[in-house]
Amino acid sequence: MGVGIEVKDLNAWFGKAQVLNEINIKVAPNAVTAVIGPSGCGKSTFVRCLNRLHETVPDARVKGSVQVGDIDVYGTNTDAVDVRRRIGMVFQKPNPFPTMSIYDNVAAGLRLNGYNKRPELDQIVEDALRSAALWDEVKDVLRKKSGSSLSGGQQQRLCIARALAVQPELLLMDEPASALDPISTGKIEELIFQLKTQYTVVIVTHNMQQAARVADTTGFFLLGRLIEYDKTEKIFTTPSDKRTEDYITGRFG
Amino acid sequence: MRSRFQQGLDVLKERLLEMGGMAEAAIELASECYRKRDGQLAQQVFEREKMINDSERHIDELAVDLLAMQQPMATDLRFVLAVLKINSDLERVGDLGVNIAQRSLDLIQEPEVDVPVDIARMTTAVSTMVRRALESFLSGNADVAHAVLQMDSIVDRMKDEAFVNLVTKMKDNSENVRPYLDVLLITRYLERIADHATNIAEDVIFWVSGADVRHNAMRLSEEFDPDAPRSR
Repeated sequence: MGVGIEVKDLNAWFGKAQVLNEINIKVAPNAVTAVIGPSGCGKSTFVRCLNRLHETVPDARVKGSVQVGDIDVYGTNTDAVDVRRRIGMVFQKPNPFPTMSIYDNVAAGLRLNGYNKRPELDQIVEDALRSAALWDEVKDVLRKKSGSSLSGGQQQRLCIARALAVQPELLLMDEPASALDPISTGKIEELIFQLKTQYTVVIVTHNMQQAARVADTTGFFLLGRLIEYDKTEKIFTTPSDKRTEDYITGRFG
Repeated sequence: MRSRFQQGLDVLKERLLEMGGMAEAAIELASECYRKRDGQLAQQVFEREKMINDSERHIDELAVDLLAMQQPMATDLRFVLAVLKINSDLERVGDLGVNIAQRSLDLIQEPEVDVPVDIARMTTAVSTMVRRALESFLSGNADVAHAVLQMDSIVDRMKDEAFVNLVTKMKDNSENVRPYLDVLLITRYLERIADHATNIAEDVIFWVSGADVRHNAMRLSEEFDPDAPRSR
């Protein structure tokens, strides 16, 4: 089951430049939340703060608290690597391990964590590929084909399967369909809809129609601040803040 | 702002206002037809109605194109939805203008009778409602639209009074009921036009503020925030 998220007074910097200001947000378990906003508004930084990827950039730092289920993400005794294991992430550009087979791509995370029992591993790989709606397309070539031999849309679903294989508590997606054609995009969106029965999903997207199609709640970021956060239908029909309205109607700037 | 999209919205607004003008003219001509007992004016109402029907189809096409090609959001989405609904209301106003003209033609065929209803006053009230509703659409002014909503009950009262007076007349002149029945129907058509003006005003309020005030949902409710943005 997915877990809830509670972000309190989250601030983030690259060097001296503050890129997130006092972000406060609560996400319900098993909800899909879209994060929208213009380029440079801090939306990718925000999701990278949820799994402590932000701090992997030199001179980047974070202040505030993030609670994901029972994980105190920035707790003093919390291990960042463990956080990233428990919070999966899918990026804009599909990034399968190019020389590994499809099977090994999905199993990679588990093997890194020392899990190597063959029959169980087979089952987990199958389950993850089924959850990512890719199983039927690759089941006969699991070990014959490399991850990079798949189409862009299949590669992205492979990356989703890889993220799901380690059974994350939260799935973060940073523009997961922006490099894909409309059919592959449709499959990813359908997949997101299916995934929310088991996971909480936070998706960064530049495509507002995509946010409207897949998300239960939507947050609008501008200049590092969360301007408005509400039910998706409210954001796209009657937003409360004029800045949100100007952005989603294309009157921005 | 996407200029092609903005142009599309502007064209939609212009076409709807043109159609509104035709609908207003249809009411005016139908009313004159009744008042002057002039059958030629009825023909003009029928011609207007054809133009209004053509306009309705054209506006529907424009709106559907905008929805499909531009995927409007928020205030733009509400605007296009409001236009689609106002379009239907104005088409019905055109039909009701025809109905009034038809009843007026019937009346021309009959001996003139003393009518205990001030049709001219009722027509003025109804025309004012339609004009104000269209003004509120033109300016995106929800305050003007709210004023239209208040006028609806005045027209309802006029129709109720007319009903009572005309029924009395029909009882007293049971051998010559038909002209009174025609006038009764005309008051009914005018009241229906006022209802469509009310719908238009409600759609303008929805477009401008996002509030759904149909069926008195929020019209008199404390939930309605008088300080909320209502002009555009």
